[in-house]
Amino acid sequence: MSASSGPNGGGTTTLVVRVENKAGVLARVAGLFARRGFNIESLAVAPTEDERFSRLTIVVGVDAAPMEQVVKQLDKLVNVVEIRELNPSASVERELVMVTVQADPAIRGQILDLVRVFQATVLNVGYDEIMVSLTGSPSRVDDFEDLLRPYGIVDVQRTGKVALPKLVKSAPDPLAP
Amino acid sequence: MNMNGGQALMKALENEGVDLLFGLPGGAILPVYDPLIDSSIRHVLVRHEQGAGHMAEGYAHATGRPGVAMVTSGPAATNIVTPLCDAYMDSIPMVVVTGQVPYAAIGTDAFQECDTTGITMSVTKHNYLVTEAADIPQVIHDAFHIATTGRPGPVLVDIPKDIVDPNNPRSAMEWYTPDSHDLPGYHPNRAGDSELIRQAAKLVCEAERPVIYSGGGILKARAAEALLELAELTGIPVVTTLMNRGGFPDDHPLCLGMPGMHGNYTAVTAMQEADLLIALGARFDDRVTGKVAGFAPLAKIIHVDIDSAELGKVRRPDVAIQGDCRLVIEDLVKALGELGGNESQPDRNRWRSRISGWQERFPLTYEQSKDDELLKPQYVLEQLRDATPDDTIVASGVGQHQMWTSQYWKFNHPYTWVNSGGLGTMGFAIPAAIGAKAGRPDRMVWAVDGDGCFQMTAQELVTAATEGFPIKVALINNAYLGMVRQWQEMFYQERYSEVYLTRDVPDYKLWAEALGCVGLRVESPEEVGPAIDQANEIDDRPVVVEFRCEAGENVYPMVPAGMSNSDVVVDPSQQDRPR
Ligand SMILES: Cc1ncc(C[n+]2csc(CCOP(=O)(O)OP(=O)(O)O)c2C)c(N)n1
Ligand SMILES: [Mg+2]
Repeated sequence: MSASSGPNGGGTTTLVVRVENKAGVLARVAGLFARRGFNIESLAVAPTEDERFSRLTIVVGVDAAPMEQVVKQLDKLVNVVEIRELNPSASVERELVMVTVQADPAIRGQILDLVRVFQATVLNVGYDEIMVSLTGSPSRVDDFEDLLRPYGIVDVQRTGKVALPKLVKSAPDPLAP
Repeated sequence: MNMNGGQALMKALENEGVDLLFGLPGGAILPVYDPLIDSSIRHVLVRHEQGAGHMAEGYAHATGRPGVAMVTSGPAATNIVTPLCDAYMDSIPMVVVTGQVPYAAIGTDAFQECDTTGITMSVTKHNYLVTEAADIPQVIHDAFHIATTGRPGPVLVDIPKDIVDPNNPRSAMEWYTPDSHDLPGYHPNRAGDSELIRQAAKLVCEAERPVIYSGGGILKARAAEALLELAELTGIPVVTTLMNRGGFPDDHPLCLGMPGMHGNYTAVTAMQEADLLIALGARFDDRVTGKVAGFAPLAKIIHVDIDSAELGKVRRPDVAIQGDCRLVIEDLVKALGELGGNESQPDRNRWRSRISGWQERFPLTYEQSKDDELLKPQYVLEQLRDATPDDTIVASGVGQHQMWTSQYWKFNHPYTWVNSGGLGTMGFAIPAAIGAKAGRPDRMVWAVDGDGCFQMTAQELVTAATEGFPIKVALINNAYLGMVRQWQEMFYQERYSEVYLTRDVPDYKLWAEALGCVGLRVESPEEVGPAIDQANEIDDRPVVVEFRCEAGENVYPMVPAGMSNSDVVVDPSQQDRPR
């Protein structure tokens, strides 16, 4: 497990944490962050391929505490099985956003243009509103949201990001031991 | 074997080697108190659940085995939160079983329901809410494993009533003996990295002014012998923190005693001047470091701890070694042996003579009481130290009396000092002394208590009297919440606010007698020795000796909170001496 300081310097770091799928585990993690003065920017929780475990993707503000302390304290929780610190350049990150935006019939076409450009999805259409969603890298999701904002965002819900490490590109060296 | 959850709990505790249980029954835990009658485990009935927790801690301090307490739900569970936090701060192995309302009633604000696992999450190493009777054997087995391995600590097991109640079908289960642990996320490390240990050995060989900074991890790892070997091999002086008093013998020529806020001048100053601190099982607590930025400014740091989160938490080490103190010290001794053993150590005569200079100029000191004055607490402690066997176990409360005890006692054996370091829990002494006596009935056990502390947990003397734990209490009656009074004198311009307790109320002698103890009162210096001798003779019930002490006495040396250790304030009689 790496215990270096955050790859993003002063910004945020993403931790992918495998935990036992037991009652109260999320409270333990959240409680630890609160009690030690660490800051959670976003948190996504989901079961894994193995039902005994869940995966938390935690985006941590690293200003409040050195990343090393966050990781070590987290690692002390008995229900925490594995912690991976993901460097953005070495991982694939995705986030989903759902947005309801004002869309008077007269300008709905402009919004649908944006949906097409971003390969977003229309989820629901009302008389003067439209609900769309986009899955993409967090910065792409930011862009999409920024471009919709002038039309009047009625409601927005982001999931927080999830991430997995990038895969190895080169074939293994057959001569390596 | 078919049984109910309550029987399984008792059997599981027996299997973990539990011989003593400190507790007090109530509604939710009632079903467990029935199979207790048929169990080999002795139960000690306390008078307040806080007492049960501190007794379990005292037992663990004195024996190294986990202390166990069992109480009911709701108010009983909240009463034991303080000992849990105390054990968490001081890394004491302890298992606490609490009753809980029936599983189906959880979350309904049932009578005596409280969210025990929620409340105790931040003051336990781990806790469990058991939902099925069949889980009891495994959970108890895992709970003891977690409490006693790695960095030890308290584990709480909350058990809903229905799964232990023989009248409820949910309590039926088939017994099994767990042969492994169900803990995929728990792998305490033991041995240290050998390359890092070699690096540490090299730093040791290069250091001209090294100090071993030994903490409570030495006692937890049962590393006192290894520490002695390391110190003697290298000739490096050793400071013993409040949590490691006894972990290195005070009568050893290399022992510098306690560092920190009320440490002795030499221990504090040697760390400040050192070029290498070898921190073994210590955590750079603020009471030791003073202002961190000014702490040991010239020193490189070797830091050994079983808990990697301690490495670099306060001060960035030059060599950080995660591992069990005993194993790492043994490996360090070997690595030093490979580098030439004692021959590899530089000439440190100048360092030694600076240290002995400090020891000569700034010994612990106090002024004897004049004819019309009451006793000096330091005098009482010297007398008590000299009149009791060398291996006496001493428990203390929190306050001035605690600091004087740590300063003036000569701890020459490990596991003879039982105190509340990290949390600083007033009221710790009496129940902790009882727990120590329960674990070590062969030893003489004295509690040194303050008048404020005594009033917080004195009722446990009833437990001591009725359960047959003849502890002795030296009550330092200075009529004040003395430590707070000292701060108000020194830092609040002698504006005393709510610190006077009164001298004569309660009547401690009468109170002691009412609690089933022998009560003695001592007011003049010549009575001190005889009263201690008399107390030492009594072995059929507890004894309380009230020592009427001067109220205005202050603990020196002192590093004022937030100041650098270089600004340590020595006893007024020494303030003109060259440093
Ligand atoms: C439970 C608790 N409450 C308050 C304090 C704060 N405190 C620390 S020392 C002290 C005074 C203790 O008085 P006493 O037991 O008479 O000891 P003395 O300092 O006089 O020796 C107080 C109130 C504490 N440590 N613990
Ligand atoms: Mg007092």
